[in-house]
Amino acid sequence: MPKLSAIITLTSSLILGVGGVWIAYNVDMLPASASINAPVYDELYRVLFIIGCILFIGMTALVIYSLIQFRRRPGETGDGIDLEGNITLEIFWTAVPAIVVLFVGLYSYDIYDRMGGMQPLMHDHNGHMESQNERVWGGIGSGPVEAASSSNSSSLPIELTAMQFAFIFHYPKGDIITGELHVPIGREVSLKMESKDVIHAFWVPQFRLKQDVIPGQPTILNFTPTKKGNFPIVCAELCGPYHGGMRSNVIVDEQEDFDNWLRENSKESI
Amino acid sequence: MTISLKPNNSPPERLQPTGWLKYLSFSLDHKVIGLQYLVCGFLFYLIGGSLAGAIRVELTSPLSDFMPREVYNQVLTLHGTIMIFLWIVPVVNGAFGNYLIPFYVGARDMAFPRLNAVAFWLIPPSGLMLITSYFINGAAQSGWTAYPPLSITTPAAGQIIWILSVLLLGGSSIFGGINFIATILKLRRPGLKLMQLPMYCWAMLGTSILVVLSTPVLAGTLILLSFDIVAHTGFFNPSLGGNVIVYQHLFWFYSHPAVYIMVLPAFGLVSEILPIHSRKPLFGYTTMVFSIMGIVVLGLVVWAHHMFTSGTPPWMRLFFTIATAFIAVPTGIKFFNWVATLWGGKISLNGAMLFSCGFIINFVLGGITGVALAQVPFDVHVHDTYFVVAHFHYIVYGGSVFVIFSSIYHWFPKFTGKMLNENLGRFHFIITFIGFNLCFAPQHWLGLNGMPRRVAEYDPQFQLINQISSVGALLMALSTLPFLWNIFQSILYGDEAGDNPWNALTPEWLTSSPPPVENWEGEAPLVIEPYGYGEKNSNEPQEVNK
Repeated sequence: MPKLSAIITLTSSLILGVGGVWIAYNVDMLPASASINAPVYDELYRVLFIIGCILFIGMTALVIYSLIQFRRRPGETGDGIDLEGNITLEIFWTAVPAIVVLFVGLYSYDIYDRMGGMQPLMHDHNGHMESQNERVWGGIGSGPVEAASSSNSSSLPIELTAMQFAFIFHYPKGDIITGELHVPIGREVSLKMESKDVIHAFWVPQFRLKQDVIPGQPTILNFTPTKKGNFPIVCAELCGPYHGGMRSNVIVDEQEDFDNWLRENSKESI
Repeated sequence: MTISLKPNNSPPERLQPTGWLKYLSFSLDHKVIGLQYLVCGFLFYLIGGSLAGAIRVELTSPLSDFMPREVYNQVLTLHGTIMIFLWIVPVVNGAFGNYLIPFYVGARDMAFPRLNAVAFWLIPPSGLMLITSYFINGAAQSGWTAYPPLSITTPAAGQIIWILSVLLLGGSSIFGGINFIATILKLRRPGLKLMQLPMYCWAMLGTSILVVLSTPVLAGTLILLSFDIVAHTGFFNPSLGGNVIVYQHLFWFYSHPAVYIMVLPAFGLVSEILPIHSRKPLFGYTTMVFSIMGIVVLGLVVWAHHMFTSGTPPWMRLFFTIATAFIAVPTGIKFFNWVATLWGGKISLNGAMLFSCGFIINFVLGGITGVALAQVPFDVHVHDTYFVVAHFHYIVYGGSVFVIFSSIYHWFPKFTGKMLNENLGRFHFIITFIGFNLCFAPQHWLGLNGMPRRVAEYDPQFQLINQISSVGALLMALSTLPFLWNIFQSILYGDEAGDNPWNALTPEWLTSSPPPVENWEGEAPLVIEPYGYGEKNSNEPQEVNK
C-alpha cells in the first residue's frame, strides 16, 4: 500500500510538472516583444508561469480531491482521523517553498541585471551625468548589459515632459518637439523624463518597460527597440479625469527613415 | 494573572435597551458590538458593490460614455476606500473579533468595553461623511492611495473629507487593536495557556500588533497631506520643494500591512471553520502560530514593492523583492496545513466549508501572482495595470470576502439561534465562485497586454474581455440575492439551531444560541484542546486537564 501511494504520488507530480511546462509554452498571454529586454522579460515570465501553474493546479486538485474523497456520505457519523501534525511534512513544505522562492529571487536578480537594472544611470553621449549633483532616480532598463559596451556612445538622448494629459518629446539634436516618439531600430534610446504637474508613468507594453514620470524628480529610462512598427505609449499612473485618454505612440523606424524624419522636422541643420 | 469571572464593567441593566433596539444603542456587550460591526459593514459592502457595478458598466465600452470622467474617478476612489476601511477591515477584525475573542479567552467581555463601543460608533458617521461628500462638492478623486500632487490639485473639499473619514476609521481600528491585544494577553481564563488558544486569537493578536504599529503612520501622513491641501505647506508638494516619493513610502508603510490586516484574521477564521466541518484536528498548530508571527514581521518590511516604478535605488528594489517573496513561505505553510486538515476528514459540503475551500483556491492564485509581482523585472511591466487589479481582488475578495461569507454560514446559528438553508448556501457559493473568477481571471490578460488600471476609456482591442469581466461582476451582484433571502428567511422561519449544531469544541458553542449577556450561565469552560476532533477522541468538550 505505501508502495502504491508512492507510485501514484510520483506519477501525479510528474504529470503536473509536464503539464505546467506544456501550459506555459502553449498559452501565450503576452503582447509582441519589441525591445532588447522584452525576450529577457518573457524568459522570466515563462519560469514564473511554469511554477505558478504547477502550484495552482496542484493545490486546486488536492482541495477538490479531498472534498470528493473525504466527503461525509449520507448516514455517516463520527470523526475523521486523529492527525494533529507531522514534523517531517512541515519541514518539507517549509523548505521546498523557501528554496523555490530563493531560486526565483536570485533568478529575477539575474534577469534584472541583464535588463540593465544594476547599470549606472547615464543620459548624455559620453556616458556621464549632465551634472554630478543632479539627483536622478532611474528606472529599470537603464542600459542593457548587452548593449552597454557597444552602443552607449551612440545612444540617442530624448527628453520627455509629461503633463495632464499628454507626453511631449524633445530631441536635443535638431530641437524637435513632438507628441509622438520616433526612434530608430536597434539603437539605444535614453529617455530623461520629468513631469510638469502630477505623477504620470511612461509604459510601452511591447517593450515590457515602465517608469513613473515624477514632478521635481527626473527619472531615466533606457531601451533599445528591436522591431519596426507602431506601439502604444500608455500613462499608467492615475493622473486626473482624462488619465485613460493619455495615450500616444512610439514609432520604430529603420535608421534611414528615422534620419529622414529627423532632417525634415529639425529646426536647425544637422 | 488576575481574571475577573464576573461580568466586568457592565452598566446597570436598566441602561441597556433590550430586543432589536440594543443593536442601535451604545451597547457595551461585545456580542452586540460584533453584530453591529457585521451588519454595518455589510450595508457598506452593498454600497461599495454598487460602485463596483458602475465601474464595470462604464468599462463595457472603450469610450468614457456612462458617467463623467470626474465622477468615474470619484466612484473608483469611494469603491476602494469603502471596501477596505468600511467593509473588510471592520468585519474580519471588528465583527468576528469582538464576537469571538472573549469566548475564546474565556472572558465575559472585552478588556475595555466602552472603548470598544466608541471604536464601533466612529464607523457609521465617518462612512456617511465619506459618501455624502459625493453629493456636496464631489468626493475625492485621487484613488484610495491619494498620491500627491494629484490629491493636492484635485478639488480640496472632497479630499479633506476623505482624509478626515480615513483618520476616524484608522482611530477606530487602533482602538480595536489595543482592545484585542489587552483581551488576549490579560483576560485569559485561569489555566488557559497561550498555546491552547484557538488559532483566530493568534491571528487577531498578530493583526492587532500590525494595526497598532502601522496605522499611526498613515494617520501622521494624512495629517501632513491635509496641511499641504488647506495650509499650502510643502511636505509633499514638489512645487514648494516637497517630495512625492516620501508620501508613497509613508503611505505603503501602513497600506501594505493593511493587506495583512485584511487577510490574517481571515486565515484565523478559516482555521476555526475547517477542523469543525471536516471533523479533524487543525493540522500543525505550532507551525501555524509561528507562520502568523512570521507574516507579521515580514509584512512590516515589504512596503516598497508598491513603488518599483516610482524611482527607487536598485539595492532597495532587491531588498524588497526578496523580503516580499519570502512571505510566500509562512503563507504557504498555512495553506499546506489547511489541505492537510481536510485530508482524511469527514467533510460536510455545506456553505461554510465550500466558501472556505473557495478561499483556498482563490488565494493560492492571488498568492502566486503576488510572488510574481514581487519580482522587480516582472513588476515594471504589469505595475499599475489590470494584472494588479486582478491580483489584489483575488486576495481581498477571493480571500477575505469568501471567508466572511464562510464565517457567516458557520456562526449564524450562534448569532441568531436559527439554522441557514444549506442548499441556498451551496447555490450562493457556486454563483459567487463562478462570477468572481469570470470577473477577475480575464483581467490578468488585460494587464499583461496593456490595459492600465483606473481608466474610464481604453484601447478598443480590450472590449470583449472587459465585457466578459462585466458579466462576471453581474453574476457576483446577483449572488447577493440568494444570500440575503437566506438570511431573512432563516431569521424568521429557520430551524432551531440548538446550542451546538456543529458539535464543535470551541467555547462559543458551549453555551446557548444566542448566548446570554454574561456569555455562560456558570463559570467559563476551560477548553485546552480546541481542535480535539478525530476518531480517538470523544466528542465531549474537554474541560479538565489531561
